[in-house]
Amino acid sequence: MEEAMGNLFDNYYEMAAVILFVIGFLSLLLQKNLIKKIIGLNIMDTAVFLFLAAKGYVAGGLSPIIRNGVTDAKLYINPLPSGLVLTGIVVSVSVTAFFLALTLRLYQQYHTLDIDGIVLKAAQTHKHKDCHKQEERDE
Amino acid sequence: MTIFAGLLLLFLIACAISLFFIEKLINVVIVFMSYSAVMAVLWLLLESPDLAITEAAVGCGITTLLFILTLKKVNALKEEREEEDEQEA
Amino acid sequence: MNRKHETDQEIERGKIGAFVDWVNADSPDIPAEIEYEHEEHHGEHHEEHHEEKTPQAQIRQERKVVSWMYRGGSLVCGLLLVAILLFTVQALPRFGEREVPAFNEVSQRYLEEGLTETGAVNVVAGIILDYRAFDTLGESMVLFTGSIAVIFLLTQLSKKAEGEEDGSKKCVESLPAQVIIRMVFPIVLLYGIYVVFNGHISPGGGFSGGTILGAGLILCHLAFGEAYTSRFVTVKRCTGVMSVALLTYIAMKTYSILTGANHIESGIPLGTPGSIFSSGLIFPLNICVGLVVACTIFAVYSLFTNWKAREK
Repeated sequence: MEEAMGNLFDNYYEMAAVILFVIGFLSLLLQKNLIKKIIGLNIMDTAVFLFLAAKGYVAGGLSPIIRNGVTDAKLYINPLPSGLVLTGIVVSVSVTAFFLALTLRLYQQYHTLDIDGIVLKAAQTHKHKDCHKQEERDE
Repeated sequence: MTIFAGLLLLFLIACAISLFFIEKLINVVIVFMSYSAVMAVLWLLLESPDLAITEAAVGCGITTLLFILTLKKVNALKEEREEEDEQEA
Repeated sequence: MNRKHETDQEIERGKIGAFVDWVNADSPDIPAEIEYEHEEHHGEHHEEHHEEKTPQAQIRQERKVVSWMYRGGSLVCGLLLVAILLFTVQALPRFGEREVPAFNEVSQRYLEEGLTETGAVNVVAGIILDYRAFDTLGESMVLFTGSIAVIFLLTQLSKKAEGEEDGSKKCVESLPAQVIIRMVFPIVLLYGIYVVFNGHISPGGGFSGGTILGAGLILCHLAFGEAYTSRFVTVKRCTGVMSVALLTYIAMKTYSILTGANHIESGIPLGTPGSIFSSGLIFPLNICVGLVVACTIFAVYSLFTNWKAREK
């Protein structure tokens, strides 16, 4: 049993990150509300960031700010994931802002936040346009 | 420290799952805000103060604000439509 | 009769056909659960629906089955994904260990040589603004592009005359909140500037400080309203500042790459580590990134608030 589980419970940060990632993925698939979908995407983002930062952590390490000029790599945590995640967090905001702007425009057009409703209404308006074109042709 | 981090991680998972069961969108946004706040504490536990500052400003501040603004605009649109319907009727 | 025949055929096509229709949203005017709010577009078709309720009810049922299948399928997918990922996690090295593949010679080099090579006490700032400055330029470009996309989506073409009138009223209505925001926002702005300026000697930097600055500007907008804020910061000026900051970034980094790569004397002093004017280009680059982030955030916010619901 011990061997089968491997490092699963030592890696509790990574375990939580994986579970959060899948929850975000499922909410992208299953939620019908656009706002909830965007929040699901944000959760996926933070899960990936959490995974990266957890892999960069070293037990007993200090944050990567050189103290008193001591440049011994054994004293600090891995600075690389922090650098990667820092830019990622800010980019995820701009992506969220873009999605929210799209959501507003979709609501303005179709008067619903429900994805199925939007798709059906879009299909219907296309159908009606096609019908009108057909009628014009018939005439 | 391990227990504290574990509790925070459990809180994150609970927040994420509860998003499936909350109907009101404003409550969803507020739950996401608390999720971000706890995430900022976790960055601090992982010795990344840069990330903690950014996440606190971004997750709890800006993203939540944008979501709430979107909901406000959606409500304004809804009310406008209802008024128009009333006028037509 | 003919129509009935068609629907019969549709039933014969079975669940796969219904699924294909459902994916393409090519429904025979029956949504599974959604009620239409507007019926006036298809008034003529609507009366015909009632006559043939039985086959349509059948199709509706099939649609429901397909929707349940979709939910079950995605749950199974999620469980499979979680199983695969957890299997991977248990094979990963232990959390908090030092001898992991991720902590390789690159990270060691950054930690050991970073201070002498970049002059930045904060190694993360040294990485994102010196070793990997090109990557950060891309990230700033993403921010810029994002705000431009939001501007495209949420700008009204019609100039609003009424919007400017009620601009002064657009601040927070409750008095205590207003007073507290007015007291807090200069401190927030100051803290943002502090974080940007000290990006290379303490935690923080352009990205964190920029978000704080943007939040401070938003607080200012909340406390004093559109009329006051538009005197010194507007969306137009934000895009201008962003472009200038990005171009400055590109110019500085081009210079340092050209001179640094050819081992020409670049003439950028690194200074004493720990003082504010140290670490060469990282200090001005931090300011550029901070300006880009703050302007993006404020531009997006003000576009969202000023967006009038309907532009008829």
